Amino acid sequence: MSKLFPKSANRLPLQIVLYLFVLGGIASAGINYYATNKWANVGYAPVQPVPYSHSLHAGQLGIDCRYCHSNVEKSGFANLPTAQTCMNCHSQVKTDSPLLAVVRESYATGAPLPWVQIHEVPDYVYFNHSVHVTRGVSCVECHGRIDKMDVVEQAKPLTMGFCLECHRAPEEHLRDLRDPAQKVTQLDWMHPKGVDGQRDQGLKLIQDLKIKPPESCSGCHR
Amino acid sequence: MRHVYFATFFLAVLTLSVLGFRGTRSTRPPLELFPDMDHQAHLKPQAESAFFVDGRADRPIPPYTVAYGFAPVEHKLGEDDANLAANDGLYRGKAADGSWLKTFPASVTVDAKLLARGQDRFTIYCAPCHGALGDGQGITKQYGMTTTPTYFDERRVKLTVGELFNTITVGSLPTPEGKRNMLPYADKLSPEDRWAVVAYVRALQRAQVGKLTDVPADHRKELGL
Repeated sequence: MSKLFPKSANRLPLQIVLYLFVLGGIASAGINYYATNKWANVGYAPVQPVPYSHSLHAGQLGIDCRYCHSNVEKSGFANLPTAQTCMNCHSQVKTDSPLLAVVRESYATGAPLPWVQIHEVPDYVYFNHSVHVTRGVSCVECHGRIDKMDVVEQAKPLTMGFCLECHRAPEEHLRDLRDPAQKVTQLDWMHPKGVDGQRDQGLKLIQDLKIKPPESCSGCHR
Repeated sequence: MRHVYFATFFLAVLTLSVLGFRGTRSTRPPLELFPDMDHQAHLKPQAESAFFVDGRADRPIPPYTVAYGFAPVEHKLGEDDANLAANDGLYRGKAADGSWLKTFPASVTVDAKLLARGQDRFTIYCAPCHGALGDGQGITKQYGMTTTPTYFDERRVKLTVGELFNTITVGSLPTPEGKRNMLPYADKLSPEDRWAVVAYVRALQRAQVGKLTDVPADHRKELGL
């Protein structure tokens, strides 16, 4: 009887099992890395109809976020500015710029500007800007350093885990809006006493303002 | 078996080079593996709608209407006309005889709270051009916004509060060419906020052109006078 299989074939079943483990490991690592907003959404920077620079207007000029997103304290939706808001200055500044032609046209005709939405939660998620902003959750917590971005891109994953991180430990993020230095739109503000100071202040604010971020399903999925 | 591992390694490198790393900037819309009910068929703020001719989901407010329930005084059905007429001072800065109000309307109490609100709103909406002091030296002046005036010349100090309110509401007086250098801010500031800003502008003017006699005698010490 000749040898049908070489002797090394004896090790094959073990090797296949080992390989399946390795393959499973690589596959789950890949899914873990890619099948999440941290990969799919972070860094999304669509081309906008007007190359508006936040780093110039909000950073260099120091214009408050609320100058344009003027309803963010009153409404659940942080509105985009009207064309008139742009024209408040641009009827006198850079009046001939070809980049602003669409804004001038929109102001004249009333046709909306086709801005592309960047930060978006799924439609089955209820998110309200005003309740966050008026309780001292700064813009920077979800939007990152917009005042440093020439082209706005999504900086945070905005997943459910991301929301819950803050809802479970709001004291690490809350600002005291009675203190003018802690303006909710001041994106580079950090508590001068560091992490401990921030936590002490946050815990006090939670007591004073009775802040209870919902952690139940129906809090956000209503 | 070695070849299988090589092939797997090659596949992993290929995946990485095609899909890239986390946080890489991209202009393409995010990939949605399981769209589930992420996009539901309902109208969203400032979004598009194929239903209306102009293509927008938000409906423009018809002219001469006031949003129900947004007025500071209690509204009752059928009483609105009388209510709005009675509040002409609050909404337009005009007295019953059509002249500009010289004092704040009755429902606005000028106190520290109102001034703080006024300062807060002024800093957001006015300071970029008018400057934190109201001297017209805001940051935009360096970028070509040259027409911003100071609040402290004689004409502007003498403006009534009604006229100041009206300026915020409808914009500055038109130039001979019919252009307003300052556009209306009524969409950004509610009537109450506008009155708060008016009060703060008055405070800024007092701070610059005020005299010692404006300060009550028992408060002069606080200023070291």
